[in-house]
Amino acid sequence: MVVLPTKPPRLRAGYRRVRPGQIAIHASLLLLSFLFLFPLVLLVSASLSSETDIYVLQEPSQILTAYAVTITVTAIGTAAGVLVMALLAYPLSRPDFSWRRPLSFVVFFTLLFSGGLVPLYILVTHYLQINNTLWALILPYLVMPWYVFLLRAYFAGLPRELIDAAKVDGAGEWRIFFQIVVPLSRPALATIALFCALTYWNDWYLALLFINNPALVPLQYLLYQISTNIQTLQTSSQAFGVTIPALSAQMAIAVLAIGPITLAFLAVQKHFVSGITLGGVKGD
Amino acid sequence: MNIPSLLGAKRSPVVSAIVLQRERWRLANANTKRDVALLMMMLPGLLVLFVFAYLPMFGIIIAFKDYRAYQGVLGSQWVGLKNFQYLFGTDDARRIVVNTLAMNALFIVSVLVVALAIALLLKEVQGSSRWLSKFYQSTLFFPYLFSYVIINYFVFALLNTSNGFVNHTLEAVGVHPVNWYQSAQSWPVILTLVTVWKNAGFWSIVYLAGIIAINPEYYEAATIDGASRWRQMWRITLPLLKPLIVINLLLSIGRIFYADFGLFYQVTRNAPELYPTTDVIDTYVYRTLTTIGDVGMASAAGTFQAVVGFFLVLFSNWLVRRTEPQSAIF
Repeated sequence: MVVLPTKPPRLRAGYRRVRPGQIAIHASLLLLSFLFLFPLVLLVSASLSSETDIYVLQEPSQILTAYAVTITVTAIGTAAGVLVMALLAYPLSRPDFSWRRPLSFVVFFTLLFSGGLVPLYILVTHYLQINNTLWALILPYLVMPWYVFLLRAYFAGLPRELIDAAKVDGAGEWRIFFQIVVPLSRPALATIALFCALTYWNDWYLALLFINNPALVPLQYLLYQISTNIQTLQTSSQAFGVTIPALSAQMAIAVLAIGPITLAFLAVQKHFVSGITLGGVKGD
Repeated sequence: MNIPSLLGAKRSPVVSAIVLQRERWRLANANTKRDVALLMMMLPGLLVLFVFAYLPMFGIIIAFKDYRAYQGVLGSQWVGLKNFQYLFGTDDARRIVVNTLAMNALFIVSVLVVALAIALLLKEVQGSSRWLSKFYQSTLFFPYLFSYVIINYFVFALLNTSNGFVNHTLEAVGVHPVNWYQSAQSWPVILTLVTVWKNAGFWSIVYLAGIIAINPEYYEAATIDGASRWRQMWRITLPLLKPLIVINLLLSIGRIFYADFGLFYQVTRNAPELYPTTDVIDTYVYRTLTTIGDVGMASAAGTFQAVVGFFLVLFSNWLVRRTEPQSAIF
């Protein structure tokens, strides 16, 4: 009779045993999560009040215009940005590209040094004269060097044989890029697209600098204007007898702005986390 | 590529030299073609960088000129260091430099400590409940998604004088309510809390990824040897995480001269009463340029920031190179 050997005893102590420490850790993480969500809860509850709809309904066209501007800028900016950055990053990932090192430095140097606000402001308003156009909301963020380097690292990790084989078959560089590199890099491109979209959606800074035309005001900047207008209204209301839209009205509009982002985040959480670790842990 | 052997040895040396020469041309030609195609791909991106990054770099000459819009950047008069003399002759210069450095130092340390603590806690619950640890990560990361305009709304809902949550709570427990938007001394703490709230989740995911990358055998061996969780954290996790921590610290030190404009402009509602603690280089440059319209002073402050910032980045990279050579950025 053959005796089967019994399983060796498990060496990992504490396996499947709930340690008392664990409960304390869960409790502290839950508490922390609640603290982090608390301002949001406060905002949403403040917005759920009766005066809300009145104020929001007073200016629906303004809010709709702002939404349209934000959506346009985000869509064009993200699509163009990802394309331009990928096209910029890909040649830099090719070891056989003769200009690889000098051009990498050209991109890299912009991370080290920047002219700052004043020259940019004068350039855009005085020389390019694209203030009060959608260009001013899109172009300055189109190429973000940090993302270019993330993409370059990703492209460099793709199997070289595929590119060489396509070359032997007579494919040109553009064709190789669009038919081999882009489909293989979908996860990296998606992550970069996500972060670009977040940047454009959340941007108010470029509008603060370059936009006066009410028809071109993006959502975040409209929110900023509303909060400052209410501030001035509140200080002068006694004199003019103006009714001030309540705090709840402001909060309602803020909720309108964070709604889409929250939904998008819930849908693509995984990509965000992978994107962070892509950028945070460097070493390749 | 070994061209002569491909050609075979039967031909006369003269013929093979000619063939070799042709082959070289062909290759050089193919290389040029490839380089040109790849350069064309980069063209749009390089153009954007040239216009929006390199042209403004040359614009720092504005700081050395008496800029007049109708004369343009090149046509304006050179004034040497006069703009800098004016800038450093004011009390503002000292204030904005001190505020920028002090606030950023506060933020760097606080975010690091909180993010590390969260990452270590998350590591401990990794094995026990996937669902819960996902929930914690998402919740703690969530504030990172909000713009400072939205965060201003959050903070205002908490701090506004008449019906903010904090003052309500203070009144309820019998403490006198505080006029937060006029008490400058509270804002280093408030802005630190806001920064931690916004960024700690992001960085905790970065550190958690670093922790997960640690070889589990270390922990198994330590468990067999009877090391407690606490001891494992101090003797395994933190030492192995040190390179990542050091790099992130040094990178933030490289950026310490740049303040987060949105935080200081939006969250403080740009209240002049708060300037003593919250006026930083970036808000000063913005205000001097757009509200006051003093291009000379603004560009002097901006150029000062750019140059000092540049040397700080070089310095921090030099430090990285000394401590963790393989992690240096350049």
